[in-house]
Amino acid sequence: MNIHESIPTASVQDSLIKVVKLTKKFDDVTAVNEISFSLHQGVLFGFLGPNGAGKTTTINMLTGLSRPDSGTIIVAGQDCTENPKAAQHLIGIVPDESNLYPELSGFDNLCFCASLYGIRKNERQERAKELLETFGLKEAADRKFAGYSKGMKRKLTIAAGIIHRPQILFLDEPTTGIDVASARQIRQLIANLHRTGTTIFLTTHYIEEAERLCERIAFIVKGRIVKIDSVRNLLQPLLGRQVMLISVSSAANDLSGKLATVFPNYEFQSISSEQVRIDSAEPISLGPLVRFIEEQKVEVKEARRIGPSLEDVFVGVTGIEANVLKKEAEKKGGAA
Amino acid sequence: MKKWIAFWNILLKDMRTYYLKPPNISWGLIFPIAWTGMFFIKSGSGLESIPSLLPGVITISVLFGTTSMLAVTITFEKKNRSFDRLLLAPISLNLLMLAKTAGAILFGSINTIVPIAIALFLTDLSAISWVIVLPAIILIAIVSTFLGLFIAVSVSEIFEAQTFSNFFRFPMIFLCGLFFPIDSLPLVLRPLSYILPLTYGVDILREAINKTNMMSLGLDFLIITCFCAFLFNISLRNINRKWIT
Repeated sequence: MNIHESIPTASVQDSLIKVVKLTKKFDDVTAVNEISFSLHQGVLFGFLGPNGAGKTTTINMLTGLSRPDSGTIIVAGQDCTENPKAAQHLIGIVPDESNLYPELSGFDNLCFCASLYGIRKNERQERAKELLETFGLKEAADRKFAGYSKGMKRKLTIAAGIIHRPQILFLDEPTTGIDVASARQIRQLIANLHRTGTTIFLTTHYIEEAERLCERIAFIVKGRIVKIDSVRNLLQPLLGRQVMLISVSSAANDLSGKLATVFPNYEFQSISSEQVRIDSAEPISLGPLVRFIEEQKVEVKEARRIGPSLEDVFVGVTGIEANVLKKEAEKKGGAA
Repeated sequence: MKKWIAFWNILLKDMRTYYLKPPNISWGLIFPIAWTGMFFIKSGSGLESIPSLLPGVITISVLFGTTSMLAVTITFEKKNRSFDRLLLAPISLNLLMLAKTAGAILFGSINTIVPIAIALFLTDLSAISWVIVLPAIILIAIVSTFLGLFIAVSVSEIFEAQTFSNFFRFPMIFLCGLFFPIDSLPLVLRPLSYILPLTYGVDILREAINKTNMMSLGLDFLIITCFCAFLFNISLRNINRKWIT
C-alpha cells in the first residue's frame, strides 16, 4: 500500500469516519484496494482521481449502498461494515447524478426526503422552504423536478442531501455537468456548509475546485490512495519553485524541445500548441526566453507567472496529466 | 415513531405519484368490467351465473392491479436511481419494502370494489360471507404484490417487468381455477395449479361466495400466507444480493 501519510493511530479515536484497509472487487477488477483514512469532525475532505479510480465505489461502501469485501468502516464510533444502517441518520448523500423524483415538485421532493428521516410535517415544510430560499429555488418550488435545468436539479439534490441536517455530507462530483454560474454558487454553498461544521467528503474531477475548497485531500488511482495529506502539506515541497506560462501566437514546431536544449536549467512542457509551461527551482529570466522564441519566428502573446498548484502535486504523484481529469469531466457533460 | 413517518410518506408518495393517476384509475375500472362482461357473455347463462364468476373476476382484478404496477414502479425508480435514496434512508429494508408494497396492496384491494359493486347491482349476494371475502381479498392482494416485487427484483428494464409479469399472470388465469375448475384441467397440468398461490386465494373466495371450494379454509389461508412470506423474503434476499452489491 502506497500511502504517503500513515494514519495516526492516536488521533483516529476521535475520528468521525475511520476506514481501515477497505477493499472492493467486481469480478476480477479490484475497484478499491485496501484504502485507509480517517476524517475528523468538521473537515472538508477531497477525494481526487480519474474515472474508474474507485471514488464512487468508496462513497457507496461508506454510505451502505455497497458492501466491502474486506476492511472496516467506523462512522461516529459505530461499526458500519456489516450494519450500514447504524449511522445512516447522520449521513447526507448527493450522488453524481441527480436522483430526485421527476413527478414531484421541488418542494414536495424536499418534504419527502425529510420524511425519510422521520421529520414531522411542520418541521419538514419549514426546512424545505428555508432550503429553497437558500439555494435560490424559491420561484421554482412548485414546478416539477423533471422541468428543472441541470444546475437547478443539482442544487435541489444538494438541498435534499442536507434536509435532515446531517453531520456528514457525501458529495459525489457536485459541479460536474453544470454551467459555470451554478458551479460557482454550489462551491459557495459547500463552503458555507463547511463553515457551519458539517463534515464534507467531496469527490471531484476538478483539481482547482478541491484546492480551493478542501482542507485535506487524497489522490486515488486504480483503487489505491497514492497520497493523502492537508493541502498545505501537499503544496509544501513545491513552495519556492517558479512556474511560468508563455502563450504564443501560432503553433510552433517542437518549441518545448528547442527551449529545453537552449535552457537546460528549466523544465518545459507544452500545454497546448500555443502554450508552454516553464518550471524551475531558480528564478526564471524572462528576457532571454522571449528573445529565443521570437527568433523562431513565433510571436509571444503573453507571459504569466503562476504559483505552483495542487495540479502539479497531482501530476507529480499520480503521473496523470491534469487535463485528463478535465477531459473526463467534460465527457460527463461538465462545463464547470 | 420516526420510521412510521417514513413508512407513511413512502406509501403516500407512491399512491399520489403512481397509483392514483387517472390512467391507473381508469385501468382499475375498465379491466374488471371488461373481464366480467367477457365471462358473462361467454357463459351464455343468466344473472344466476354471476356468483360463480365473481371469485375469478375479483382475483383477476387484484392480480392485474398489483403485479405490473409494482414491478414497473420499482424498476422505474431503480433505473433513475431514486430507489437508492430509499435504500440510504435510516429505516430497515423490511419496513422500506413493506412501505413500497403497501400502495400496491391497497390499490389492488380497492380494484375489487368494481366487480363487487356490479355484482351487487345485478344479483342477490346476501349469501356471501363477507368476513371471509375481505381477508381473502387482502391476502390475494398481498401475494400478488409480493409476486410483483419478486418480478421487479428479477429484472432491470421496465419492458422486462411487463413481459415477466405476463409470464406469471396469464398461465395463472387458466391454471388457478379462476374460471375453469382445476378438476377439468388435463391431468399433467393439475400439479402446476397447486404450486401457484392464486389457486388458494380463489378457493377461499369460492367457499365464501358459492361454497364450491376444494380445500379447507384453514389450509388455504395457511398456504397463501406461506407464499406471501416466501415471496417477500426471497425478494428481500435478492435485493440484498443484487442491489446492495
